[in-house]
Amino acid sequence: MLLSQTQAGHREKQQCAQSTGLISALQRPALLYNLCSVSVTFRLRDDSWYYPASFRRRMPAPIRLRELIRTIRTARTQAEEREMIQKECAAIRSSFREEDNTYRCRNVAKLLYMHMLGYPAHFGQLECLKLIASQKFTDKRIGYLGAMLLLDERQDVHLLMTNCIKNDLNHSTQYVQGLALCTLGCMGSSEMCRDLAGEVEKLLKTSNSYLRKKAALCAVHVIRKVPELMEMFLPATKNLLSEKNHGVLHTSVVLLTEMCERSPDMLAHFRKLVPQLVRILKNLIMSGYSPEHDVSGISDPFLQVRILRLLRILGKSDDDSSEAMNDILAQVATNTETSKNVGNAILYETVLTIMDIKSESGLRVLAINILGRFLLNNDKNIRYVALTSLLKTVQTDHNAVQRHRSTIVDCLKDLDVSIKRRAMELSFALVNGNNIRGMMKELLYFLDSCDPEFKADCASGVFLAAEKYAPSKRWHIDTIMRVLTTAGSYVRDDSVPNLIQLITNSVEMHAYTVQRLYKALLDDISQQPLVQVASWCTGEYGDLLVSGQCEEEEPIQVTEDEVLDVLEGLLVSNLSTPVTRGYALTAIMKLSTRFNSVNRIKKVVSIYGSSIDVELQQRAVEYNALFKKYDHMRPALLERMPIMEKTSTNGPTEIVQTNGESEPSVVEPKHLPPVSQPSNQANDLLDLLGGNDVPVIQTTLPTKPASAGGELLDLLGDLSLSSNSVPPAPSLPVAQPPFLLDGLSSPPLFNDIAAAGIPSMTAYNKNGLKIDFTFERANPNPNIAVITIHASNTTEAEMTDFVFQAAVPKTFQLQLLSPSSNVVPALNQGTVTQVIRVLNPQKQHLRMRIKLTYTHKGSPVQDLAETAALKLHGNQQSI
Amino acid sequence: MMRFLLLFSRQGKLRLQKWFTPVTEREKKKVIRDMMLMVLTRPPKMCNFLQWRDLKIVYKRYASLFFCAGLEDQDNELLMLEILHRYVELLDKYFGNVCELDIIFNFEKAYFILDEFLMGGEVLETSRAAVGGCLEEADTLQETMEEYMSRPAY
Repeated sequence: MLLSQTQAGHREKQQCAQSTGLISALQRPALLYNLCSVSVTFRLRDDSWYYPASFRRRMPAPIRLRELIRTIRTARTQAEEREMIQKECAAIRSSFREEDNTYRCRNVAKLLYMHMLGYPAHFGQLECLKLIASQKFTDKRIGYLGAMLLLDERQDVHLLMTNCIKNDLNHSTQYVQGLALCTLGCMGSSEMCRDLAGEVEKLLKTSNSYLRKKAALCAVHVIRKVPELMEMFLPATKNLLSEKNHGVLHTSVVLLTEMCERSPDMLAHFRKLVPQLVRILKNLIMSGYSPEHDVSGISDPFLQVRILRLLRILGKSDDDSSEAMNDILAQVATNTETSKNVGNAILYETVLTIMDIKSESGLRVLAINILGRFLLNNDKNIRYVALTSLLKTVQTDHNAVQRHRSTIVDCLKDLDVSIKRRAMELSFALVNGNNIRGMMKELLYFLDSCDPEFKADCASGVFLAAEKYAPSKRWHIDTIMRVLTTAGSYVRDDSVPNLIQLITNSVEMHAYTVQRLYKALLDDISQQPLVQVASWCTGEYGDLLVSGQCEEEEPIQVTEDEVLDVLEGLLVSNLSTPVTRGYALTAIMKLSTRFNSVNRIKKVVSIYGSSIDVELQQRAVEYNALFKKYDHMRPALLERMPIMEKTSTNGPTEIVQTNGESEPSVVEPKHLPPVSQPSNQANDLLDLLGGNDVPVIQTTLPTKPASAGGELLDLLGDLSLSSNSVPPAPSLPVAQPPFLLDGLSSPPLFNDIAAAGIPSMTAYNKNGLKIDFTFERANPNPNIAVITIHASNTTEAEMTDFVFQAAVPKTFQLQLLSPSSNVVPALNQGTVTQVIRVLNPQKQHLRMRIKLTYTHKGSPVQDLAETAALKLHGNQQSI
Repeated sequence: MMRFLLLFSRQGKLRLQKWFTPVTEREKKKVIRDMMLMVLTRPPKMCNFLQWRDLKIVYKRYASLFFCAGLEDQDNELLMLEILHRYVELLDKYFGNVCELDIIFNFEKAYFILDEFLMGGEVLETSRAAVGGCLEEADTLQETMEEYMSRPAY
């Protein structure tokens, strides 16, 4: 369509074009050589009086590309440049509107220049297509260039493109065919690839090497886009490697690599090519100087590297192939000239191949030694790749890499951040039980002095290594504290709960730890994580601190008042974050059972009952209630934390969730430890609410029995009242009022979140069957929403074999529990309920598709429906 | 495969951009900005490699121009330096003692040269002479047609 139209249009304008051609030829010298300043150029261009009246309006010859570039380059300010470009764009647009064929090429070329300067040029997209459809090579060249630059994959114009490319792939001129292949291989969408794969395959089999190499890379693109088309190219690959032309050879190796990487079948099939590849590589190394492919004395390094890479894939976990390439790899590794970068590039690739395939041990030693030499090289690039490759091999050849440890550690001191980063990663990979003290010394020194961008990664690396290989608990605690003091503001949020857990579990270290942390607190209260841990410990072990018992350190003498002063200082300090204040207040509260100064503590707590920070206020009010009404429970509630069990090896992330330290706004179990801590019923309650196993919650809700704790559960018990979906467990005293909160004037807290957050809704109402959803999030995990469906039936006949099914998008996870019955009684005489649990980690709106099947009056009924977007996570943050 | 190749000046002006995978216009601008920010602020005499997201960035300065490529994990950084160098050689041969101005004023030629040397993020032709020959021939095709049609070029 487009093709024929534009061609017809072109013929129509042909005469016009010729006459303007004359005029522009006349004025060409002036435009080209005489004009330098902007104003003159534009004046001349606007000088329409210059043209005969007949095409004064239609065809003012647009300035040439080079002229435009020159003009734009004279702009002294950004604004001036923008103005010029706007003017020119306006001219180009109007020229496009007039379907001007003569200058389309010029205009698109200018547009491409402006596009490069960052100006919008999308209005030229269709014009590119028209140029491609033109008969002229110049037009096609610019048209395809424009298509590659301006069109992206999702353009609708691709349909038109497909046609043009298809025509040009069968053009009689190889350069036109080449342009089409190049464009397809650069920006072909999967639909285009599907449509044109056949043509590409045909060109891959031609004898013309210019087309063949382009077709090979085009095939690579097709396979990347639509892997199932791979088979199609298999027959054409047969003779590719016998080709003499290096371009074809190189692109063929790329194609084979792509196929082997994508399909195990292809990999197995092409293993037979190993001898041939070895031969080609051998010829490259052995052949004398060939000027055409020589790079600093090495014959075609590009091809060598690609062959080595393909060998790596073919030899991986295959004994025979590895055996077959052993010799040539040794030859390349020993014979390659390494005085220039290009030789090292080949050597680098060879080492990677040796390390990846099942090579002989001697060869592996050779490879590691090459990397060792690389590490000592003067060229920073070589050192960088040495570190990178050692990092890749450290898992398999740990001991061999260990030998270079000191050189690697030295690279930590390099000035180049790229090298530093690699050296840091490698250093962490080299840490083990034997060298941890020495390595950690170096790494902590590095942490002290390194750029801020490294600190976070370095800190978490130290934490991980310390956890894995700590020689002693004391060393472990010291190391973490060292990190917190030097890079406190860079550590990940989970380090605080991790350290607290570590400290809690090291019973014999409590006195020592609290002393050290208290000292650290006196020195510096700006490092929040440190301050949080220190507050927590001061609260927990305040008695040990004041008693001054510590065998390992010179004990410090502090009074209760001094300790409280420090903690109160944290509450008022501007440096403290809200989370830190929360820690401090809780610490003060805990000290009410460890210190004698209860009155002072009472006062502090009551002051914060009116804090503007809701979080802090809530704590204070709860603690106040504890003083006033439930003083008899207080000692039990504030007892020392029991040893925590680490429930999962991958604890950090989960602990973050449960402790909520990272997100102060999440009103969640963080409050629970001090309040509801001692309860042997806590788990029952959790089972009731969540039903699922929430292993981590047990780290914060220790199952320590306490006499007074049970009543407190009423506070939580209300949770189950808010949702009629989950039947309350008989053991729970549901009827009692939630007394802990009754003195609280602020809005009710977490027990109402769910009910207040999402009103119930009707998801389906058809043929007498009605499905209602009720919601709750009464679950320790804020990402889980519990939806209860209630199916009722208004018809006079019951619905049997009732099955409710639901599907959700992939980002969600859905769990359907078994329904209460599979019969929906008639005349609304009862409902069927079923619980759905939805895990929504990304907190998106939920869209659910439901499928209903049942038998009504003897005939089976099936129906599908989709719910409106359900907002499951919204209010929670603000409460 | 190479994901992109950018040429920009020391002043942060883009001179050439080639994207080998589909990228939105917005993302392109962001990548370009990030690259310039990273590369132009690097002190001299550092290594030519950087890590950016999941890509290896290889850059090299030739006179006032920076050549900057984004590579995937499997690619050989050292060889990339050779590829960049080869491209500069090709430009040099075509323009004769190439300078930044040549590339500014003949940016489309710079693209044509690139398209004969690289395709789909892989090296297309490893012989200098072959690339040069193709370009010359294609150019004559353009010129002869030009003369034949006697119409203005761009």
